Amino acid sequence: MANVVKRFPGVVALGGVDLDVLPGEVHCLLGQNGAGKSTLIKVLAGVHEPNEGTIEWLGEPVTLHHPQAAMDLGVATMYQELDLVEGLTVAENIFLGHEPTRFGFSQRPAARREAAALLARLGHPEISPAAEVGTLSAASCQIVSMARALSRDARLIIMDEPSAVLDAGEVDQLFRVIREVTDQGVAVVYISHRLEEIREIGDRVTVLKDGRTVATGLDARSTPTQELIRLMTGRSIEYVFPPKPAVDAGAEPVLRVEGLARPGEFAAVSFDVRPGEVVGLAGLVGSGRSEIVETIFGARKATIGTVRVGGRAVRGGSVAAAVAAGIGLCPEERKSQALVLGASLASNITLATLPRFSRGGLLDGSAEVEAAEELLESLDVRPRGVHRESRTLSGGNQQKVVLARWLLRGCKVLLLDEPTRGVDVGARSEIYALIRRLTDEGVAVVVVSSEIPEVLGLSNRVLVLADRTVRHEGPADELDEHAVLDIILKGDAA
Amino acid sequence: MSADVTKVDRAGEPVVADSPPSGPPVGGPTAGRHGGLAGLLSGPAGRSAGLVLALVLLVVVGIITAGDRFASPENALTILRLGSVIGVVSVGMTFVISGGGIDLSVGAIVALSSVWATTVATQTMAANYHWIVMVVAALVVGGVCGLVNGVLVAYGRMAPFIVTLAMLAAARGLAELIAKRRTQIVRERGFIDFFGGSVLGIPVLVIMFAIVAVAGWVLLNRTTFGRRTLAIGGNPEAARLAGIRVQHQTMYLYILLGVACGIAAVMLMARTTTGTSTHGTLYELDAIAAVVIRGTLLSGGRGTVVGTVLGVLIFTTLTNVFTLNNLDTSTQAVAKGAIIVAAVLLQQRVSRTRST
Repeated sequence: MANVVKRFPGVVALGGVDLDVLPGEVHCLLGQNGAGKSTLIKVLAGVHEPNEGTIEWLGEPVTLHHPQAAMDLGVATMYQELDLVEGLTVAENIFLGHEPTRFGFSQRPAARREAAALLARLGHPEISPAAEVGTLSAASCQIVSMARALSRDARLIIMDEPSAVLDAGEVDQLFRVIREVTDQGVAVVYISHRLEEIREIGDRVTVLKDGRTVATGLDARSTPTQELIRLMTGRSIEYVFPPKPAVDAGAEPVLRVEGLARPGEFAAVSFDVRPGEVVGLAGLVGSGRSEIVETIFGARKATIGTVRVGGRAVRGGSVAAAVAAGIGLCPEERKSQALVLGASLASNITLATLPRFSRGGLLDGSAEVEAAEELLESLDVRPRGVHRESRTLSGGNQQKVVLARWLLRGCKVLLLDEPTRGVDVGARSEIYALIRRLTDEGVAVVVVSSEIPEVLGLSNRVLVLADRTVRHEGPADELDEHAVLDIILKGDAA
Repeated sequence: MSADVTKVDRAGEPVVADSPPSGPPVGGPTAGRHGGLAGLLSGPAGRSAGLVLALVLLVVVGIITAGDRFASPENALTILRLGSVIGVVSVGMTFVISGGGIDLSVGAIVALSSVWATTVATQTMAANYHWIVMVVAALVVGGVCGLVNGVLVAYGRMAPFIVTLAMLAAARGLAELIAKRRTQIVRERGFIDFFGGSVLGIPVLVIMFAIVAVAGWVLLNRTTFGRRTLAIGGNPEAARLAGIRVQHQTMYLYILLGVACGIAAVMLMARTTTGTSTHGTLYELDAIAAVVIRGTLLSGGRGTVVGTVLGVLIFTTLTNVFTLNNLDTSTQAVAKGAIIVAAVLLQQRVSRTRST
């Protein structure tokens, strides 16, 4: 495609993008959130029509009016927001829109057989084609989505952050399949924020910034990281964590978790967090780390154990009680768990603080807007505008809005579950700095992350989880990525 | 004449102002769109421009086909008086739908409230004390029905469609049992005189509708209650994780609608001077239609009282125009179906050029 332009009313999402993808290659798209990656793949998938520019397929100019037109050419897309129908089975989802039929009747046994074969090829024979998709984990859904792309015999597969919800083993499995299909001449457009993945699987890299191509055809293995970051951000930044000031070991803990457990989800866990301290929970997806923070927050009810804030026990199983005690949570799934997407930024920010803006039940709208504006400015949320719908923001900016909600409330304890998932490099540093700003004010922070360097870089102390149990607790300085992985792997083996 | 003229003027304003600058850059750096004329135009009336347009068209049709019989102050009041009862129910329905629910039992609750408030026992008590007893009876019965709906939906975790479908059957059945399928006459003169009367030439029923509509608007747009309603309708999980008591809030919404049905029952008793188990038949459909005609999603998270009121006015004006032209109710029903589709299409077109 050459010089593609896509304008939405008021916003130019793509302002001239060039991209050429060769058969059998893995072409990586890099760019910060809001750089236009998602819009670009939607243009390729026929969801959006470009206002200018041309798309050529095997040398022939084509116009893609409709997703079906793209599919007919052989373009399959795995969207970041999984597009599976929860009420249908795995097999029905995989063949949705192109079911094997005979005389108009769907061939269910054939569909199941083929689905089973595809899932086995992806290394997941344990996923039953007859299972309802709604009952599967996020990682399994990703596999089903992948199977769907493969089922179309596509010649170009677009993958938008396929690894975001996968653990290391599953990513390896995914890469094996990608190599398999590219060996057969299928081209893959691969989007990820993880540079190390791009090094491993990618052939060439195209970098987008502000809706434009800033570099294309870079070699995925030899281009220096500094160079890629410079292209994405327009400046050269180190991937650094702010310094960690020492925590007063004698201080009274703000958060004290004692023997908290939910059988089947996580075994008894105890830890303290002192004012200004960051405690990290490291572990793979499914190790129980998200369940622990959700239980502390009262979103799940602990079977046994207590949570204390400032010495006082917090009633379990009640989010309202936890919030009243001064706990805040930035949940793992921003869109489904944190934001009212159709509501304005202002009302999302004040959602946990409504009584403060209320005079006898009446909302003081201008005070609300003022408070929200101040926060959006201090957090540098872009695009600005308190009345904007929160769905229109990129991942990093949405995360800042969720953080703003708890900043406004003034929490004593902040629980952050995957604070930088789907967040670009620039916004990451800002979020790290923000966490440091909070601890400087004496807030106790618990961080959950799949990225071990992030946990180590942010935390004073780290709890390593494996197999739903805490396997190690100690200062972050004494651990490195390998040591943590070692504990995780040994734990799983035990 | 005057009432209609002002209506056309008010309606004409945003339509004219909206169409030329089609598709302003949304939410860009143009922050602080508040106050003054611009604020009014991008405000509630402006956002319901499609409905205003539909209403204006109806008024024009009315004037052309029925002339002065339509365009008279008396007729304007007739329209408002006819729309007032369903209007009160619809304002309540706006809350339940904005909160992500639905209530099919409103008509049955209106019937049960009207029957309960007109039993011999209630009316005897009213005769001994004051007719306010009947009002209280209707509101309490409505509120209790709403409470049952709300508890079952919020705490019983049942689908609102099922719960309120059951309430629809049960409440109307109970109303039939109590009234023994007879029409109960309201004997309290004071009650009829008060609610059937007028203040400064405006019927009390219309004033009640206006009060409910204004109170509903304030409650939905300017209070924590309203904000919480929109939040649980928009994303219940996010609302819960922000510390909002989603179940409490859901229950309150159904109670609120139940009380609104009680008010509607009082108004209906005053208008017809009866209480019967057939009152409020098919109100659920009229109320839902009035709410969703602005294009409000049934999935919740959005809802405007202004849109609902416009929806009610459109349907009542339509009925009025048809009646004045001597068309039967069957023809009216067909037209109503067509109007719903046309108005929603119009609203979608208009709002698409404005935003997105």
